Amino acid sequence: MPESPEAAIRRTALWGEHKKAGAKLVPFAGWEMPIQYSSIRDEHQAVRERVGLFDVSHMGEFLITGPDRVRETDRITTAKIEGKEPGFVQYAVFMNEKAGIIDDILVYVLEDAVLLVVNAANRAKDFAWVRSVIEGDAAVVDISDTMTQIAVQGPRSRELMTKLFGDSASLPYYRSGVLRHEGADVILSRTGYTGEYGYEIYAPWDQGPGIWRKLMQEGAEYGVLPIGLGARDSLRMEMGYCLYGNDIDETTNPVEAGLVWVVKPKKTEYIGKEAYLHYKKNGAERVLMGFRLSAREIPRRGYEVLHAGEAVGAITSGGFSPSCEVGIGLGYVRADVAKEAGGFMVAIRNKQAEATPVRGSFVPSSVKEEGEDS
Amino acid sequence: MSIPVDLMYTREHEWVLIEDDIATFGITDFAQSELGDIVFVELPETETPVEQNEPAGTIEAVKTVADLFAPLSGEVVEVNELLADDPDTVNRDPYGDGWMVKLRFSDKTELEDLLTPEEYKEIVDESGEDEIEVDVVLDEEENE
Repeated sequence: MPESPEAAIRRTALWGEHKKAGAKLVPFAGWEMPIQYSSIRDEHQAVRERVGLFDVSHMGEFLITGPDRVRETDRITTAKIEGKEPGFVQYAVFMNEKAGIIDDILVYVLEDAVLLVVNAANRAKDFAWVRSVIEGDAAVVDISDTMTQIAVQGPRSRELMTKLFGDSASLPYYRSGVLRHEGADVILSRTGYTGEYGYEIYAPWDQGPGIWRKLMQEGAEYGVLPIGLGARDSLRMEMGYCLYGNDIDETTNPVEAGLVWVVKPKKTEYIGKEAYLHYKKNGAERVLMGFRLSAREIPRRGYEVLHAGEAVGAITSGGFSPSCEVGIGLGYVRADVAKEAGGFMVAIRNKQAEATPVRGSFVPSSVKEEGEDS
Repeated sequence: MSIPVDLMYTREHEWVLIEDDIATFGITDFAQSELGDIVFVELPETETPVEQNEPAGTIEAVKTVADLFAPLSGEVVEVNELLADDPDTVNRDPYGDGWMVKLRFSDKTELEDLLTPEEYKEIVDESGEDEIEVDVVLDEEENE
């Protein structure tokens, strides 16, 4: 794998493309990644209104193989893939025995393996953990360094992807397909982290630059832009999506993080079950919720949340919402006040700003076309 | 990335224009570029006393927030009202329409703490952003 002279920091296969495009590159989870190309605002709007490309090759990919791969995946994640056909995709988490979230992941059922997509910052930790807990006739292999991952997100993404990949781009939400591309298998997936109609492409490392350039060329007529991590964060925040390390970590469980839906019902035995069911039955002590402030009041991670003058929690992700043009944030607050309709304030430096609670996303989700099932 | 030659600078990436006993200041081209899209600038009221190197305002960008420091001690005489409605002026024209505060400075000896364009260029060069081209120029237009 190509590495920068510093050796400690890694470059994706698309690094040269980012450099050529004038991206501002920053260290992120051990990788030199584009934080922005032109402006976070312009890139954000391009995804909401047209289509954007994200290099997310820093994400980790593990393959679970062997006859027991399905049973083991269901045991070590909150997914339920037993009986599911290849192409099935589920968002899930790894939990520890205390139901703390080790990572949030995507689970793909493939023909002869299960693919787990993990956060870049957790890759080494996750791999060590999966290796330590996996049992029976199943094995895990880290294939991250062989893969390029590109996200194609936005209302024009379907046209762009169809132009490049034909009918293979006709996928329902949270379904994937494998196609042969230049002699290798490429996975197309109707998933994303923006709240827009979109795809994620998993391709061999070496095919990355070719696919990226093709997407940029063919996407020109749709107004495609390359999108950095800055807009990736503002886009996901507007959807109320959790970011690992900010909104969820090993000290938070799915009940308080609002992720009960990712722990699939009718699961039998899985790691963290006892603790999880305890929290589910007894309720959480704190709850993750959203707050909307004003154009001049922007919550940031760490700011205190107050209710009726009393400190009740803190912001875990915050920033300016380019779509709403106001400050927005996610934060944990004490469960006993989390259902209140008002009275919330966020302490911003030397003042307190009124914060309107928002449950769910800040902007409507457009992940599916009208009438589309998942 | 430009550093106009006719201004003075601070380690906090601000520029200062001295005219008689009035100091006009704002943030440098490097600073606006590092912050990214600026969405709100909170400036002090006029007649507010400010202390050198103490926060006098706040600059909110999409992703981050930064303090605006007073480069010199004194009293605020005027702030750029244009920024209330168009904070992104700072991104477009940091040394011109994006100016932030005018203050009447009270201690001339503090002027010695300001950096020359060449000294400030060294700070930017050492900031770790290896491939940024920084030029000391007569005015920013020449660097377009």
